Amino acid sequence: MLLEYINRVLGKAASSSRIHARERLRLVLVHDRANMSPYFMNQLKEDLNNVIARYMVIDFDKFEIVLDQSDKVVELKTSVPIKKIRRDYMDRVKKSS
Amino acid sequence: MGEIIVVTSGKGGVGKTTTTANIGTALASEGLSIILIDTDIGLRNLDVVMGLENRIVYDIVDVTNGNCRLKQALIKDKRFENLYLLPAAQTKDKTAVSPDEMEDLCRELKDDYDYIIIDCPAGIEQGFYNAIAGADQAIVITTPEVSAVRDADRIIGLLESSDLRNPKLIINRFRPRMVRQGDMMDIEDIVDILAVDLLGVVQEDDRIIVSTNRGEPAVMNLISPAGEAYRRIARRIRGEEVPLMNLEESYGIMNKLRRLMGLC
Repeated sequence: MLLEYINRVLGKAASSSRIHARERLRLVLVHDRANMSPYFMNQLKEDLNNVIARYMVIDFDKFEIVLDQSDKVVELKTSVPIKKIRRDYMDRVKKSS
Repeated sequence: MGEIIVVTSGKGGVGKTTTTANIGTALASEGLSIILIDTDIGLRNLDVVMGLENRIVYDIVDVTNGNCRLKQALIKDKRFENLYLLPAAQTKDKTAVSPDEMEDLCRELKDDYDYIIIDCPAGIEQGFYNAIAGADQAIVITTPEVSAVRDADRIIGLLESSDLRNPKLIINRFRPRMVRQGDMMDIEDIVDILAVDLLGVVQEDDRIIVSTNRGEPAVMNLISPAGEAYRRIARRIRGEEVPLMNLEESYGIMNKLRRLMGLC
C-alpha cells in the first residue's frame, strides 16, 4: 500500500490497472461477439465446407460447428464426418491455388 | 439537404445528452441551422441541459399524435436563433413513438436544416431503435471504463446490423493523469479494441457540472477544456481536419514538482 503510494508519487505505474482493464475487456468482448447469429454460423459452415471439399468429401448434414465458451477462451469446435478422401486432391489444390 | 446524426452509447450516464447539446450549440455558433431531438421519452433531459425547460409547450409525442404541427413544437434556443430543440415527452413511454414516425419526422426536417442531432436513450430496447430509425450517421460515446466500452461494442454491432455503418467514436470523461499513472485505458487501447474511427476525446472537466447547473452548454465557456474539445468535434463533423487537443498539460502541483526534480 505504502509502496504503491510512493511509486505513484514518483510517477511509476505500479498498479497499472490499465492493463487489467484492457485484457478483461478483450476477453469479455470475445465472449460477447462470439454470440454469432445463426446466419453467420451457417455462412461460416458453408465457407469451411467449400475449402474442405477441395481435399475430401464430407457428410454435410452431419457436419457440426459450435462455439465453445469456457472461462478463459472461446473455441470454434468442429466435427467433420468424412465420406471419402479424394485421390486427386493434389491436382485440385494446385489447380485452385 | 441536412444530415441526421444520432448520438448513442448503450450505457447510461456517459454523456450522450451533454454531447448532443454541445455539438449542436457549437455547430449553431458557426451559423448552421440545427435541430436537436430528445428521444428519451419519459426521462427527458436535453431541455434542462440546454436551459430551455421553461419554454416547452408541445413535445415529440404531440407531433406524432397530430396534436400540433412540427414547427409549433420546436423551441428556439436562447443564444442562437438558428438552433432548435424538439423535446421528448415526459409522461409517456418509449413506445409512444414508432420507428416509422421517427423516419417521417426526420425526413420532414431534413430539407430545412443543416444538421439534425438526435439524443438517444440508454439501452438497446425500443427507444434505441426509434432514435436510430431516421439517422444517416451515428456517434457512439464511451468513457474509458470496461463497462462503457463493452456496451459501446454492443451498440456498434447493433448499429451496423441496422445499416448504420462506420459509426464515429467519442471518448468522454478522459483523465490524462490517470492514464499516465497506468490506471486508465489510453485512447489507442479503446480505439484498437472497438476498431472504429475516432471523432474526438473530451477530458473530464468540472465545468461540465457547472454548465449543466446553469443550463449553458460548455462550448459557450471559452476556458473549459471540454468545451474546446466539443468545438473541435463540431468542426470535424463539418469535415475539417482538426488535431486532437493537447491532453498533456500540467496536472497539478505534484507533477510540476516531479518534472522539476527530473523524475519524468
